[in-house]
Amino acid sequence: MSRYFTEDHEWIEVDGDVATVGITEYAQSQLGDIVFVEVPDEGKELSKGDDAAVVESVKAASDVYAPVSGTVVEGNADLADNPALVNEDPEGEGWFFKMTLSDESELEGLMNEAKYQAFVSKL
Amino acid sequence: MSTINPSGWRPTTPSQGGESAEGTFTGNRALMLEEALIFEIGSTDTTGVDFGEAPAGKSRLAGMERSKPIGLPGLSEPETVRHYTRLSRQNYAIDLGLFPLGSCTMKHNPRLNERMARLPGFADIHPLQPVDTVQGALEAIDQLAHWLITLTGMQAVAMSPKAGAHGELCGVLAIRAALDAKGETARRIMLVPESAHGTNPATAAFAGFAVEDIPATPEGRVDVAALKARLGPDIAGVMITNPNTCGLFEPDLKDISDAVHAAGGYVYCDGANFNAIVGRVRPGDLGVDAMHINLHKTFSTPHGGGGPGSGPVVLSAALAPYAPLPFVEKTADGYRLVEEETAEEHHAGTFGRMTAFHGQMGMFTRALTYILSHGADGLRQVAEDSVLNANYVLRSMEDVLDAPFAKTGPCMHEAIFSDKGLPEGFSTLDIAKGLIDEGYHPMTVYFPLVVHGAMLVEPTETESKAALDQFIGAFRNVAMKAKQGEAALKSAPHFAPRRRLDETLAARKPVLAYKDAAPAEAAE
Repeated sequence: MSRYFTEDHEWIEVDGDVATVGITEYAQSQLGDIVFVEVPDEGKELSKGDDAAVVESVKAASDVYAPVSGTVVEGNADLADNPALVNEDPEGEGWFFKMTLSDESELEGLMNEAKYQAFVSKL
Repeated sequence: MSTINPSGWRPTTPSQGGESAEGTFTGNRALMLEEALIFEIGSTDTTGVDFGEAPAGKSRLAGMERSKPIGLPGLSEPETVRHYTRLSRQNYAIDLGLFPLGSCTMKHNPRLNERMARLPGFADIHPLQPVDTVQGALEAIDQLAHWLITLTGMQAVAMSPKAGAHGELCGVLAIRAALDAKGETARRIMLVPESAHGTNPATAAFAGFAVEDIPATPEGRVDVAALKARLGPDIAGVMITNPNTCGLFEPDLKDISDAVHAAGGYVYCDGANFNAIVGRVRPGDLGVDAMHINLHKTFSTPHGGGGPGSGPVVLSAALAPYAPLPFVEKTADGYRLVEEETAEEHHAGTFGRMTAFHGQMGMFTRALTYILSHGADGLRQVAEDSVLNANYVLRSMEDVLDAPFAKTGPCMHEAIFSDKGLPEGFSTLDIAKGLIDEGYHPMTVYFPLVVHGAMLVEPTETESKAALDQFIGAFRNVAMKAKQGEAALKSAPHFAPRRRLDETLAARKPVLAYKDAAPAEAAE
């Protein structure tokens, strides 16, 4: 299993054929209290960079982009009733959706954890 | 800073930090009256008005009649009047004090405007009256149209849009109609810089365009190189706010317009901040193709619950043929309304109608009064004084609050600050809530997004130096409390009719319908 990060503060963890996507601890801390999350439906085809999900906090509404191309296999249904999961455990229970990858080489353009931490520390 | 109360005397303030309705039988605090929901005052079993029996007859509703009571509270006229008057006293208005909302231009509404708008020839007419009975009203619309075209250096104006975002939609639909007329249906992407108004991307999407962001420079302006690099055969145009939401003039707008035109696109300018440049800059000279004008901002018609908005859209020669119907036309025999397609007349280019009728007549008379009573020199001074006042606020605050763009020069009509330098646990929201205790409506917060924890202050030209000094004194006081980490600020406001509301809970578990037993946590 390996975890990658984007400059838009999403994480993607690849486990075999399926990857889990969410937003980072830094993203949730910047957004503040999250009040609404819309996750994509199963079967939705995503190209890298597409709007995949919506996250809304008391301060702002933001899009979550697809970090890589692929097909959604599951959205996190728990977030509809409990969007606070994203604040409490953004890189665990607060995951947004799971997807299959159509082009694994797209992962090469993403950051690893150390690179992402260095990226965030400069913001 | 001026002191407003040199003797230092203050009325004693009850329940510092306590509940708002503590200690009195009624919950009132002297003459500030507590008020229940209208459903709690009026019973659905009573009625304040006696209606006669409905005449018997055959229903034409085909079984769709309501079978249950409608459930509206029954109140007498005095109960109703008192309810809304009491609520209005808990509200804030431009007639009570300075209203610093950024990019909103909450300026004084001159009473002369009101007097003119109430003239029976303007106030008591109907849009379906024969045009020969409303010649004066049509002349007023035509005169206002003339001055809006003159002030912006454009070719035409669509008067009917009802507010800013409606005007944006009108301008963007005109762009779409112009592209369609040329068969350029591949141009379906609208570029929107980060420093533009929040409604711009929504408007473009609503009109059927895909939206792409253009980044802002560290100085808070459009990244011209990034914008130019994105131009091409798929770009419909660009929507730019000038002056932008960072309170800065976009000096490269002419250069941007030339590049967009050369690439086959159109330039929409969001005119919400026109107040800062009215009488000084004509957007037409900067290559703008369409711009809405908020009469309820720049031209002082009531704003924010006080009256309907009005958003006429000025258009360049390239877009004028696509303007919506109806419009007023001057002929040898007087004024006429150009409305529908007729046998004699074709309006092949027009994209259609934005509204059922001709626009906000009451706002047209107010705006025309404002323009004529100010004159060219007066409007110029409006822009100059609004910029002067904003810079006075900026320079009076920059030693206590981070002002990200203050180093690059003066601002335009609004000053922007960030939450940088506030201690851990203190935020822009705390400063906004603290200002409520000081008797001010808070400034715009957390917008624009390009500034972290943004505080956007637009004082407008109608505030005197004394009024600004008092506001600055209050703003500094609250900002210092935040910087010193004063814990009480975290629970402000303490003196408002309601204490700090739980915005998170309100958004996560909204109570959208009145119920007899509303959850206790939703009450406050």
